[in-house]
Amino acid sequence: MFETSIKLALTLSQIGVVMGVVLLTVAVLTLLERKVLSWMQDRMGPMEVGPYGVLQPVADGLKLFFKEDIIPAGANKIMFSLAPIIVLVPALIGFAVIPFGPNWTIDVLGVEFKPFVISDINIGVLYILAFASIGAYGVILGGWASNSKYSLLGGLRSAAQLISYELNVGLAIVGVLLLAGSLSLVKITEAQAGGFWNWFAFDPLPFPQFIAFVVFLIASVAETNRLPFDLPEAESELVAGFFTEYSGMRFAFFFMAEYANMILVSCMSTVLFFGGWHAPLPFLQAPGMFAWVTGIFWFTVKVYFFLFLFFWIRATLPRLRYDQLMRFGWKVLLPIALGNVVVTSLLAYIFPN
Amino acid sequence: MGTFVFLYFAAVIVMAASLVVVLRNPIYSALSLLVMFFHVAGLYVTLHAEFLAAIQIIVYAGAILVLYLFVVMLLNVKRDERYNRQGTVALFLGVVLLTEAVLLAVSRGFTVATPDPGPEGAARAVGNTESIGEVLYSTYLFPFEIASLILLVAMIGAVILSKKGIMG
Repeated sequence: MFETSIKLALTLSQIGVVMGVVLLTVAVLTLLERKVLSWMQDRMGPMEVGPYGVLQPVADGLKLFFKEDIIPAGANKIMFSLAPIIVLVPALIGFAVIPFGPNWTIDVLGVEFKPFVISDINIGVLYILAFASIGAYGVILGGWASNSKYSLLGGLRSAAQLISYELNVGLAIVGVLLLAGSLSLVKITEAQAGGFWNWFAFDPLPFPQFIAFVVFLIASVAETNRLPFDLPEAESELVAGFFTEYSGMRFAFFFMAEYANMILVSCMSTVLFFGGWHAPLPFLQAPGMFAWVTGIFWFTVKVYFFLFLFFWIRATLPRLRYDQLMRFGWKVLLPIALGNVVVTSLLAYIFPN
Repeated sequence: MGTFVFLYFAAVIVMAASLVVVLRNPIYSALSLLVMFFHVAGLYVTLHAEFLAAIQIIVYAGAILVLYLFVVMLLNVKRDERYNRQGTVALFLGVVLLTEAVLLAVSRGFTVATPDPGPEGAARAVGNTESIGEVLYSTYLFPFEIASLILLVAMIGAVILSKKGIMG
């Protein structure tokens, strides 16, 4: 009984820390996105709240918190309230299997405890994909329950988009899974130890997964409903798409889910293709006891690089048309991803490690 | 503990499955089906079949049910066309199934079957996903190939149905 309660306390505090960091990053990202976009467009961005506008997320949060919570007439109340929760929970739950530091097991009062991953399950990748696919329900139901044409159109568009691009995300990952021989994110990270030439995106033998990474990145931009794939919420056509009718904290939930999904996808790119917490060159990694310091440092650097890439793409590319989106997903990305699977498995058979 | 977890999952599965057919709003029916899929996946996890559980959610909840929901929202079926009166058939089938359940319960007793520990232990040693792959490509290779052939036929059929004029 004592050991169970110790384990429970340790795990709960770990979940608390991870969720805290993720939600803090979400707040930072809302500011960072506006700043980065502004700099790219030769503007200043938010400057009024606090020095250089750094307190803007606090002001935004307070504003959303005190907004009136409106449920439109004729809306389905249960579904309308449920939708933001169904979107946010899958976005946060995926972080449970992301390893952000060395795979150590320490002994706390006779209980085995892994400090740098909440849960190392042997189907980690599938777990994230499974919950990512649940997020689509929130979007569809939110659009349907609002009793508004724009919301419904946004919801339906997003359903088609999410199903089409989910497939590409899954297929792009298959190459990595073949090379690592495991679905566990901890084992995939361990297979990429010792310098950037061992990361799956660059590893020359049997086959570098860089093409798969590009497919994964494009498909996951579409999965997170970001520009240039933000058709579900296309402002110029659909007001705001599936969350047109939402206000206050419910709106904030959709917003937080989008950013949490961005962080999750960046973490996945880091772990699957860019070596997770491993340093790019062996001598940049602290030895022994202090490996976790550099581990978390490199993990953060990589994740923030991908987040910056998201902003960069948003500032650069115009939105696709709906038929272009579908054609691109099914006729360009899917054949490339399938080809990558065939070539990778052939070469992995010819050059076994 | 194990029996308690099983009973919870079984109760929710039965309840959600009946709600799927009983509820009048098709959206609610689809959502009950979602709840049911989740609890079936939970049942797989208690049997240490994590791979099956994840696939269950990805394929059924993530892809197929989303398509159902899509169709249900787009179709505007009139209220009286939605429901078929199937009382007599339901009564007949219900009596047969209930008799079967009672007979089974009486003949076997009310004990919950314990899973065979042999293969489960083996699956835990090498990992669940690996053992499924092994079995699929050795013992069950022929059914596996047949299944992929059927899927291929369905795929070609879908292409022909959607491409009008391909048959001349």
